[in-house]
Amino acid sequence: MKILHSSEFVIALVLLAAMVLIGLVNPAFWGLDNLFSLAKSNVVIGIMALGVLLVMISGGIDVSFPAIAVAALYIVVRAMVELNYDGVLVPFLAAAAIGLVLGGFNAFIIERFRMIPLIVTLGTASIVRGLVLGLLGSSIVNINKMPKELIEFGRHDLMTVEAANGATYGLTSMVLVYLGIALVMHLVLRHTMIGRSVYAYGTDAESARRAGFNTRRTIWFVYCLAGLLAGFAGMLHTSMIWQANPRDFQGLELDVIAAVVLGGASIFGGRGSVAGTLIGVFMLVMVKNSLILLKVDTTWQRVVVGLIIVAATAITAWRDRKKLA
Amino acid sequence: MSDTLIELRNIGKRFGGVRALDGVSLAIRPGEIHCLAGENGSGKSTVIKVMSGIYTPEEGEILIDGRPVGRLDPIRAVQHGVQVIYQDFSLFGNLTVAENLALNTYVLEGRRRMDWRRARAMAVEVLARIGVDIDPDAEVGTLPTSGRQVVAIARAILARARLIIMDEPTTALTRHEVDALFAIVRDLQAQGIAVLFVSHKMREMLEISERLTVFRNGRKVAEGPMSDFDEAAITHAMTGLSLTDDPYRPALPPGPPLLEVRKLSVPGSVQDIDLSLRPGEIVGISGLIGSGRTELARALFGMEPGMTGTIRLGGREIHPRSVQEAIALGIAYVPEDRLTEGLFLPQSIERNLVVSILERLRRGPFLDTRAVREKTLGMFRDMQIAAPSPETAVGNLSGGNAQRVMLGRWLLTGARVLILNGPTVGVDVGSKATIHRIIRDLAQREGLGVLMISDDVPELVTNCNRIHVMHRGRFVADLDGSGMTEDRINDALKTLN
Amino acid sequence: MASNTETRPLLSRLLGRDAAVAQLIVITLLIFVAMTALNPDKFLRYYNFESLTYIAPELGILSIAMMIAMLTGGIDLSIVGVANLAAIVAGVYFRIPAVSEAAAAGGAGLVLHTAAAVLIALVVGLAAGGLNGVLIARLRIIPILATLGTGQIFAGLALVLTGGPAITGFPETWAWIGAGKILGLATPLWVLIVVAGLVALLLARTTLGVNLMLMGTNPRAAIFAGIRSGRMILYSYMLTGMLAAVAGGLLSGRTNSAKADFGASYLLQAVLIAVLGGTNPAGGKGRVLGVLLALVALMLLSSGLQIMRVSNFLIDAVWGAFLVIVIAINYLRSRK
Repeated sequence: MKILHSSEFVIALVLLAAMVLIGLVNPAFWGLDNLFSLAKSNVVIGIMALGVLLVMISGGIDVSFPAIAVAALYIVVRAMVELNYDGVLVPFLAAAAIGLVLGGFNAFIIERFRMIPLIVTLGTASIVRGLVLGLLGSSIVNINKMPKELIEFGRHDLMTVEAANGATYGLTSMVLVYLGIALVMHLVLRHTMIGRSVYAYGTDAESARRAGFNTRRTIWFVYCLAGLLAGFAGMLHTSMIWQANPRDFQGLELDVIAAVVLGGASIFGGRGSVAGTLIGVFMLVMVKNSLILLKVDTTWQRVVVGLIIVAATAITAWRDRKKLA
Repeated sequence: MSDTLIELRNIGKRFGGVRALDGVSLAIRPGEIHCLAGENGSGKSTVIKVMSGIYTPEEGEILIDGRPVGRLDPIRAVQHGVQVIYQDFSLFGNLTVAENLALNTYVLEGRRRMDWRRARAMAVEVLARIGVDIDPDAEVGTLPTSGRQVVAIARAILARARLIIMDEPTTALTRHEVDALFAIVRDLQAQGIAVLFVSHKMREMLEISERLTVFRNGRKVAEGPMSDFDEAAITHAMTGLSLTDDPYRPALPPGPPLLEVRKLSVPGSVQDIDLSLRPGEIVGISGLIGSGRTELARALFGMEPGMTGTIRLGGREIHPRSVQEAIALGIAYVPEDRLTEGLFLPQSIERNLVVSILERLRRGPFLDTRAVREKTLGMFRDMQIAAPSPETAVGNLSGGNAQRVMLGRWLLTGARVLILNGPTVGVDVGSKATIHRIIRDLAQREGLGVLMISDDVPELVTNCNRIHVMHRGRFVADLDGSGMTEDRINDALKTLN
Repeated sequence: MASNTETRPLLSRLLGRDAAVAQLIVITLLIFVAMTALNPDKFLRYYNFESLTYIAPELGILSIAMMIAMLTGGIDLSIVGVANLAAIVAGVYFRIPAVSEAAAAGGAGLVLHTAAAVLIALVVGLAAGGLNGVLIARLRIIPILATLGTGQIFAGLALVLTGGPAITGFPETWAWIGAGKILGLATPLWVLIVVAGLVALLLARTTLGVNLMLMGTNPRAAIFAGIRSGRMILYSYMLTGMLAAVAGGLLSGRTNSAKADFGASYLLQAVLIAVLGGTNPAGGKGRVLGVLLALVALMLLSSGLQIMRVSNFLIDAVWGAFLVIVIAINYLRSRK
């Protein structure tokens, strides 16, 4: 019975209803090609969302992850081109390390100077983007120059289906990477003490301190891991679209935060789950991708996303108010 | 084995120029129930923080099991079995009972993995051990206050507590719940765990404690077995004053009541309250937290839109639907928690005084600065607020002066009915008397009707000419004149359940 | 003793007992000296400062708007969206055939339609801010999320109205607002002076201003003191929206165009200037004077760097670093 009251369940129901609705308007929604491409669009945003989820459970907010992702992918790809290096493992490790360091910078400022995370991460985002574009330039590394093994890795499919017209559609293997990370995050958040310390800190920082948690370590853990995930997601993104563009991810922070809020996380901290976030991300990506299927003009996309954010937050505000009463 | 569990010897602690503790010695024996009494600011919370390793004293030494421990930090204090239950319980409302119980233990054991199964087993066991029926899977935020307190106690037990320090544990509990708490405490004692109550509620302490230590102004002023004390002796020790017996018996002018309330109800908290208040009267309302006393005050102040019944002010029926309307009608409310609900601490005395009459001090679109200054200076003088100027931030004032600012604000609105919730909470002994005098003056000279809600029974008995005892939303006893004694009120409160 | 306040010298009354302001004056002077030293012949030119008087006001007004939102512990992430939307709606108005004909004819018709467009832009700002205010004060959505969402909506609507490319073809009167002169000084500078003066007056001398400040320091006490908090928050966001529209007007006048994604970097900069100017993002503290000083400091800094041919990207990075440094300084100062 309990599961019926969980917010994940409610979100999943809404998602199902939305899917049925979109399917009714345009049956092409249920086509394997559409579903495969939907799954693909989930991967990068989803991994970033897991980082944002972590920050949000701790009661903070992070708007620097798109900048961190860009920095990681662009620095690594440019270095690979420069050094004529090709490979998969090393670049991913390097990107994750860059993300980790930049996340650590956030953690340092937030923990040491007790400043509101929103303001700190706004500053970090501007520093990181400015330095990347200013020092490395703004040229795109296109498919001709991209390291081949990276492209090979990114185009790996789990399965392919041939459509009636002879075109083939693949389900990208990156979905496995995404779900794997999600599973690890779930285990960390639910079954480790450091994971629980994030919930405790987000619910009540002072009580967490009194309970004996090393809350400094919690803050470092949260922002470093969020940075690491952003760096990794950036690298995955570049290998999936076969180019490295230092201007990518502009404004993505809004979408991702919206997805996490949609997934039931509370911006006040202490609440949120990996399952909910996966559903929230899927919902947001699906709505954005389906606007075309629904024959909505693409210029309306941002309006719709904005409306979704406002609606989702209004509902959570209403939910939390009932809890207070 | 030593016969003391923890012993403080000649502890001294300063904050800046203020001596918070001065040569304090205190010993607690294994398995004893000890009470630490003192007014606010007497140093008792500093002692708690010294014992739990949060503050390091500059002088003196701490012994545990008869051996000096040197510098005590929070982690070592916990390892020695010292557990503190603060008034807010420090629980995580979003997490389940089982997890709340297990987290401390796991942290203490240095675990990396969250073992849910063991957490639940531990919860079931410890809850059974103290004999309460709480669902280990419930979210703590959904439990009532008493339930959360039990969880906090259980958590302390799990952390292998040998001494549990409880800060004002009975404040938010009904009599029934207090009894249940005491049963648990006796049970702890039987298991060899010492309990230190920190409280200013003497009557309850008399019931359960074996030994008493009283603090005043950072010093220990009395100690001994409980049987050596009676209530008057404790009060004397705490305040340094014997209670002046100067009851408030105003000469009431004839005429209709100022405020008349008939069948006032607020769904879920207040039921069919009849109340009348004449100019010059100070009417006390005694009751536990949750008795509906605060809701009654809020209803009169326009903050309970669901209220039913009739309110007459000066013979005219009124329906305050918002705070603004209530203020305009001449009703004023000084909330319980002045620091969080009453005052704007970083702002000037001036702004704190005029905040509720800003609209009236407007000339065209702008504030009339001259009028603002005049009003402020007048009230600043009248209330004898001790501060360099009205531009001083209220946060720099003492509790007594801060309360004067609060009262001054309401006098500026032209209030006729003054509702005071805990008027001297957090005020030192000296200012307390002054505030009482000001309140009496306001009633007697200005003809205000005062409704005084307080936990402090002696405060009500000395300052009110009538007292209502409230329980579960109703008045259950109405006392006046010579029938108004502490014992009668306490008896009335005690028999409730 | 209290009468001291009236006899204090004008300067110290103007500055108040605000350490943040004194600190800002020092920072501004340091930047000025450093930039002059680094660019001995170019920095002190009149042209350099004159061009700042055209560019700085739009950002200054956005920063003041941000400060107002922060007074109650809120934030407005939609200001850039509102600015662009207001300018675009004005641009669309000028594109109405009847209007563009009348405007092209010049004379009184042109002035009248320009005034109408200004009014339309302000109303758009007011309405947009009103929407934010309703979401925050009535529906109790926290300001970050509410304005994050409405920012998308406004930017989206701007996109829908333009279809993507910039709107051009504003009449010369509109360009005069953003690029003209009055009494030898840039029109935008006059606008900034008027706006700053009005907002300063509003904060110090009206019930709205005083109430906002009090609510920011203690929202619960505000309820018990009888402040109509919901209404005050609504007004403050309407004001914020309207100021954003003014900034949008200046921006579109200066560039003679309006686009859905203009000035994206202004959001961060407005936050930075507000915080640097001594505004407490948690509420209860903020002064127009501080914001103006912070604006001057940062404009001098970036103009000096531009003269040194530092790329705009790196200047963004410097601004971000500045924000972090200011956070650190404020923290260390508050510890004393």
